Parts: sequence; structure tokens; C-alpha cells
Amino acid sequence: MSLAEALPIGLLGALLGLDVVSFPQAMISRPIVAATLAGAFIGNPAAGLLIGVVLEMIALDTLPFGASRYPEWGSASVVGGSLFAAQAPSMPGALPATLLAALLTASISGWSMVVLRRTIALRLERVRDRLEDGSRDSLLSLHLTGMSLDLLRGALVTITAMLIFSPLVRAIVAVWGSESAASRAVVVVIAAIVAGGALWKVFHSVRHILWFFLAGLLVWSATLVMNQ
Amino acid sequence: MTAATPSRLPLRVTAAMYFRLFALQGSWNYETLLGTGIGFVMEPALRLLPGGIKGEAYRSALARESRYFNAHPYLAGVAVGALTRAELDGVDPVRIERFRTALAGPLGSVGDRLVWASWLPFCSLVAIGVYGAGGSALAVVGTFLLLYNAGHFLLRAWGLRIGLSRGLNVASALGNPVLRQGPDYIGRAAALMGGVALPLALQRIAGPGRALAGGIIGAALIGILLLARLRERAEGWRIALGVLAVFVLYSVLT
Repeated sequence: MSLAEALPIGLLGALLGLDVVSFPQAMISRPIVAATLAGAFIGNPAAGLLIGVVLEMIALDTLPFGASRYPEWGSASVVGGSLFAAQAPSMPGALPATLLAALLTASISGWSMVVLRRTIALRLERVRDRLEDGSRDSLLSLHLTGMSLDLLRGALVTITAMLIFSPLVRAIVAVWGSESAASRAVVVVIAAIVAGGALWKVFHSVRHILWFFLAGLLVWSATLVMNQ
Repeated sequence: MTAATPSRLPLRVTAAMYFRLFALQGSWNYETLLGTGIGFVMEPALRLLPGGIKGEAYRSALARESRYFNAHPYLAGVAVGALTRAELDGVDPVRIERFRTALAGPLGSVGDRLVWASWLPFCSLVAIGVYGAGGSALAVVGTFLLLYNAGHFLLRAWGLRIGLSRGLNVASALGNPVLRQGPDYIGRAAALMGGVALPLALQRIAGPGRALAGGIIGAALIGILLLARLRERAEGWRIALGVLAVFVLYSVLT
């Protein structure tokens, strides 16, 4: 992938990366949305949606509480969605290899958010006296600079990840040795375990929660029986 | 000090504050957290203080409101509204400082519980369920965004309105049944939804003709039990990353 090809995807990654914290936090950065949009951008929204759902299940494990550090899913999902949408659907290694690329990007992008927040804090130190003096210009400048840097951060992460992972994923898929069914099964098991564990982590303190989950499983079983 | 300011804000000022609420975290940092964002959102209303943006009242209030503050971003509107009311009513700055300190904690914990730990996972699971039921990309994304943002936009608007109308007496609003009991109800609905949606979606991901086999279900159940026992001590996504890396390496080398 050339830089010119990566730039439009980088712009999408920048906009969706901005949504994670800075603006507007409407959750267009959630994997189920961001990866689907990236897939549509490449011309294959269904592929984007598929990897978006897998990433969404994994992202349930990392909810953005307070000042905690967490992976950044917006830009990472754009990378995952566009990489997977560009692969031939019949290639068994496409989903696991792309998922790995997206998870690595999410991890690195999470670290880039920490760097951004430290950068804003450094800038804050430089204008602290003026802020304490009630300077409107300093406050607006600090705020708009923070948002612009976040936009730039998302673009850089997405473009860098695309330039690294696009040839890497293609190379991995070309020499993939595991069979198709096993490859999908590993992804399904990983997604199920992380999503199930995340639900328990988030909701275990709610009374009778397990019964509600089991009732849901019962409904699913009933749909299975009815469809046979 | 008594400020000569209107008791109700002009609509354009309230609209500007509401719009700025969406950019509240634009300068989020480890020093002041949301503080500078609170100043940024309140700024259009503070222009109504005597003397306008050149006045001493405006500068003092802007400086005060841009200091350290923390809250859930969606519920920060409660603080923004209440603090705006207090500043425009000319409340003693010492009292405003005390109020800021007292309000930060509850707005953080209530919002985290209601939004991040209930509403967001619930909406995710509904969207995953739509996917599992065979929904198109548009249906899945549309369902998620409409459902989630109905709650999101309303919560921000409610917070700003209640803060502006009640001023420093806003604490009682945090006893609202939706905020207190909502997370439990949404949590139960999410668990029910999870029981249906996750296996349905996993079936679709596995692909046609590959129903969830006993081996997959067994491995998933064992994994979930292990992860549930570890709870806060393990991050599922990191384990997923490790397992996936090993599998990819194995598949490339064989």
C-alpha cells in the first residue's frame, strides 16, 4: 500500500480516533461502527462488519472508565476493517491475521493517547499563568490545540499501521498453514471468551444476573430448535 | 456581589454550551483532567457577567472554572449548568470552589456506572444481536448509533438543563431513579441480550454450515469461567492478543 492509498483511510482513522475522547464521543469510534465504515470505504461493508463485531466483543472488556488507560479502538477498527475488506473472503488466514493487526494497533494507539495527554499537560504548564489570569485566548487555544493534536494522532496511527500491516497481513495470509474451519473457530472462541468474561466483570454485582444470561441462552436455544 | 445577569440564559448561549459539551474533553490532560474543558463549555455564558469578556468578573470566573475537575463527560453538563448559574448569580467564590470539589466524585461514579458499565455494553449487545439475526451493515450500525445516541444526547441535555435550573441545589438531582436504579435494570437487560446475541453472532461469524460445535462451546465456556474467576486481575483483550499472536505464528510456520 502506498502513502497515497493510505491517506484517505488515515483521514477516516483521524475522525474516528477523535470521537474516542475529544469530539463528539457519539461512539462512531466503536469497532462495530468504525470497522464497518472502513469496510464500506474499501467497497466491502459486510467484511468490515464481520471483523467489527469480533472487535466489538473484545472491546467490551475495556470500557473507558475515568482516567484509566485503555486501547484506542477507533483508529484500530479502521485499520482492521479496511485490511480485512481488502482480502479475498476465501483466504483462511485473513480474519486471524487482520484481527491481530487491529489489536496491536489498538494497543499502540492507546499508548499514543497517553502521550497526547502528557503533551497537552506540558502545554498547559506553559500557559498556566495566563489561564490563572482568566485569558480567554489561552484557554481556547489550549483546547483547540488539544483537539487538533488528537486528530493528527489518529491520522498518524492509522497511516503508520496501514503501511506496516497491509503488506504484512498479505504475506501472512499467503503462507497460512491452518485450515479454514480451525482458523475461524480460534477467532470465535477468543471472541466468546473475552466477551463472556467482560460481561461477568461488568455485571457480576447485579442481583440474579446469571439467571438473566441463562434465560437469554434459553431463548437462543429455542431459536435453534425452531429453525431446524 | 450581585451580578446584573438574566435569570434565564438566552437560547443561543444555552445552545452554544450544549454544542461545546460534545467537545468537553478536547484538552483532557493528567493535570487538570476535565477542568479546562469545563471552562471552555461555560465560556459563552460567562460573557454575560458584568463588563463582558474584558471585565474582571469574567476573567476571575473563567480562571476559577478552568482548574482541576473530574466527572463523567456525559454528566458534566450537570456541573457546567450548576456552576454557570452560581457564577451568574454572584455566589461567593469560596462556596463555588467547595461545590466543585463536592460534585466531582458523584458525577464521575454515577456516570461511569450508568453509561460505560450499562448503557454502552447494552447497546453493543443489541447491535451484536441484530448482526446475529442476519442484519445488514446498515441495520447493525444504524441500530447501534440511534439507540446509543438517543440516551447520550438526552443525558447531556438533561444534565445541562437541570444544572442551570437548580444551581447549587443540584445534588438532589443525582438521586433521580434513572441514575440510581437504571444501571441495575439495564444490566439485567444486557445480560439477557448477551445470552441471545453472543451465540447468534458467533454462529454467523463461524460461517454457514459450521454451527457452533461442541468443541467450540466447551472451550468457550471453560475460558469464560477462568476469565470470570480472574476478574480484575486479567485483561481479556491482552490474553486475546497473546493467544492470537501464538496462533498466527503457528499457522505461518506450519
